[in-house]
Amino acid sequence: MIKNFLSLEWKSFLRSASFGKGLAVKILMGFFALYFIAMFLFIGFFMDKILLETYPDVDPFVAFNGLLFFWVIGDLIIRFFFQKLPVMSVKPLLTLPIKRKGIVNYVLGKSVVSLINFLPLFAIVPFGFKLIAKGHNGTTILTWILVIVIITLINNFLNFIIESLSAETELSFLPIIVFVGTLFGLNHFSILNISEALSRGVVSISENPIELLIPIIILVVLYAYNFKTLRKKLFLDSGLKKEIKEVYTSNLEWTKNFGDIAPFMQLDLKLLWRNKRTKSSVWMLPLGLFYGLFFYPQPAYQDMPWFFALIGIFVTGIFLINFGQFIPAWDSGYYKLLMSQNIKYEQYLKSKFTLMALSVMILFVLSIPYVYFGWEILLAHFVAAIYNLGVNTHVILYGGSFNRKKIDLDQKAAFNFQGTGAVQWLIGIPLMLLPLAIFGIMYAIAGFEIGCLILGILGIIGIIFHQRLMKVITKKYLESKYKMIDAFEQNN
Amino acid sequence: MIITSDLSKKYSGNEVLNIESLEIPKGQSFGLVGNNGAGKTTYFSLLLDLIKPSAGFIKNHGVQVNESEEWKPFTSAFIDESFLIGYLTAEEYFYFIGELRGQNKADVNKLVAQFEDFFHGEILGQKKYLRDLSKGNQKKAGIVAALIGNPDVIILDEPFANLDPTTQIRLKGIIKNLAKKQSTTVLISSHDLMHVTDVCERIVVLEKGEIIKDLETSEATLKELEAHFAGTDIQ
Repeated sequence: MIKNFLSLEWKSFLRSASFGKGLAVKILMGFFALYFIAMFLFIGFFMDKILLETYPDVDPFVAFNGLLFFWVIGDLIIRFFFQKLPVMSVKPLLTLPIKRKGIVNYVLGKSVVSLINFLPLFAIVPFGFKLIAKGHNGTTILTWILVIVIITLINNFLNFIIESLSAETELSFLPIIVFVGTLFGLNHFSILNISEALSRGVVSISENPIELLIPIIILVVLYAYNFKTLRKKLFLDSGLKKEIKEVYTSNLEWTKNFGDIAPFMQLDLKLLWRNKRTKSSVWMLPLGLFYGLFFYPQPAYQDMPWFFALIGIFVTGIFLINFGQFIPAWDSGYYKLLMSQNIKYEQYLKSKFTLMALSVMILFVLSIPYVYFGWEILLAHFVAAIYNLGVNTHVILYGGSFNRKKIDLDQKAAFNFQGTGAVQWLIGIPLMLLPLAIFGIMYAIAGFEIGCLILGILGIIGIIFHQRLMKVITKKYLESKYKMIDAFEQNN
Repeated sequence: MIITSDLSKKYSGNEVLNIESLEIPKGQSFGLVGNNGAGKTTYFSLLLDLIKPSAGFIKNHGVQVNESEEWKPFTSAFIDESFLIGYLTAEEYFYFIGELRGQNKADVNKLVAQFEDFFHGEILGQKKYLRDLSKGNQKKAGIVAALIGNPDVIILDEPFANLDPTTQIRLKGIIKNLAKKQSTTVLISSHDLMHVTDVCERIVVLEKGEIIKDLETSEATLKELEAHFAGTDIQ
């Protein structure tokens, strides 16, 4: 049966409509994987040295176990964002003579075969063997490696429980923040010394292999819990029947001020607010706004003014980038309707433009407090906002005409690569790197003020030629109309 | 008047539609029947300029649809669920379509009110997004949305599928009324021979992309169609 499942998945991968483009993303992911493996191997080989440097008086083995708590917490957070329970379209399988148990075990089993579960081994095994070579007891270290593997698996299944909780709440990050925050808080304020307890527990188990039973029992319990909840979900009606909340409608009368694009703006605002995927690009706004705080407070960056423009582009353009890169794929679900309705493409695009332009202005106003870190920063943000308004809005709209990938609005958003193609990677170059390059070069040649001036002038030129640029963009969209309709009808 | 001339659609060399000539006069209720793959949806998609013709053209009231967009103001359609916007409520959807077609809320309300019995109390005032409605109810909303703004040409692909019997009968009433009283050209496709013969003045049978029958509906039409599709057709 497992063989059948595997062959089904292989076919769905090979025969997917966007196989070629999907492959490019997968190859990129492959490189990331290799990179991480190399990193972990490196850490593994030099772990003892690093630990001895930081804690000269402590045995590396004890020192590592002392840090195990933070390892576990970090692992959980990374998992929450990057690891999803493997998906399988089960609906066609439910009526076939396949045991539900088999499907659930397969899905859970497959989740174990994930890079994220193997990565720790790349660090732990070299570290362990070096410890043995340095005179540690062989059995102890081997048992210890086993404990770490079991802890990794415990994290694996714990993560799915946290994720299933987060799928039920509106603020999807809440469960992980509460869970990790509580653990960390208890430990940090010494209410419960989890870090110490965990470290002692692991050492004790390593020395008495019989105690391995304890983590194994925890693992089995977590697996059983996952099994139970998944099995419950494996009925057709529970998959089909969604909880339907009563909806509140608002008129959004203020959009009437924008004239003939008002209906589209209303539609876009509802699109943003009523779908999982888009809602998270709204939640990204505060994140982007505070992006500067990672850099400006550090004195090292204070002396790198050529960098300010890029941060300015990002802070004032976070919505532009997030929302803009998937125009018109946001509307892919009903693109045929739009194309056969009595609308002008120009109005449709103008509404998107207005929305992005408004966001840039609002974000700039909200970012004014950065002036605390120096007037240069405010100036850099101001010209970056103008550049966003005049150049980046048009660039991203133009790039959109190359979009050929459908987006399912109901899917959860964090690290969801659906709808991502080569366009999304390439568009970053003119969007972020180009202004960085222009500003950087100007700064090096002529100084900060001139750099700002050039960036601002480019933005103003874009604003002046707005009408003409929109005409060009509209034409481009009209040319790719049939291709887009066809592409948005394909699944995957 | 919709004029189709030497229209052909090919997918990688495979001809899926080939209509030499077809004229649909204004105010006619026109039915398209044929087995799966006969080219019904392809024809409607060409009529709406959703796909590009390989050769030939369609003129809708004198406007060549793949050259100009001027046919859009007087043409409306409901082909499938991708004509619905899932995250709007039915009312919002009607108002949105209304605005695109130059109708204010009062106009839309007035029109929609006529279809209260068609909706059977399951569409309006539900406080639900369209994506959360059942397939049948989504279809009802889509069909009524296609009637907003008094279009001259209405295109409905498989309007009877997924509807319950009561609604099917009401829909037939609506379509007949449109063609008779408002001289709207209504184009529908269906697998249900009874419904089409009941509703349409004229029925065209497509097979493998070609017109093989063009009938004016009469008492004998249903029998003839049944005989044709049963394979016992005597020429």
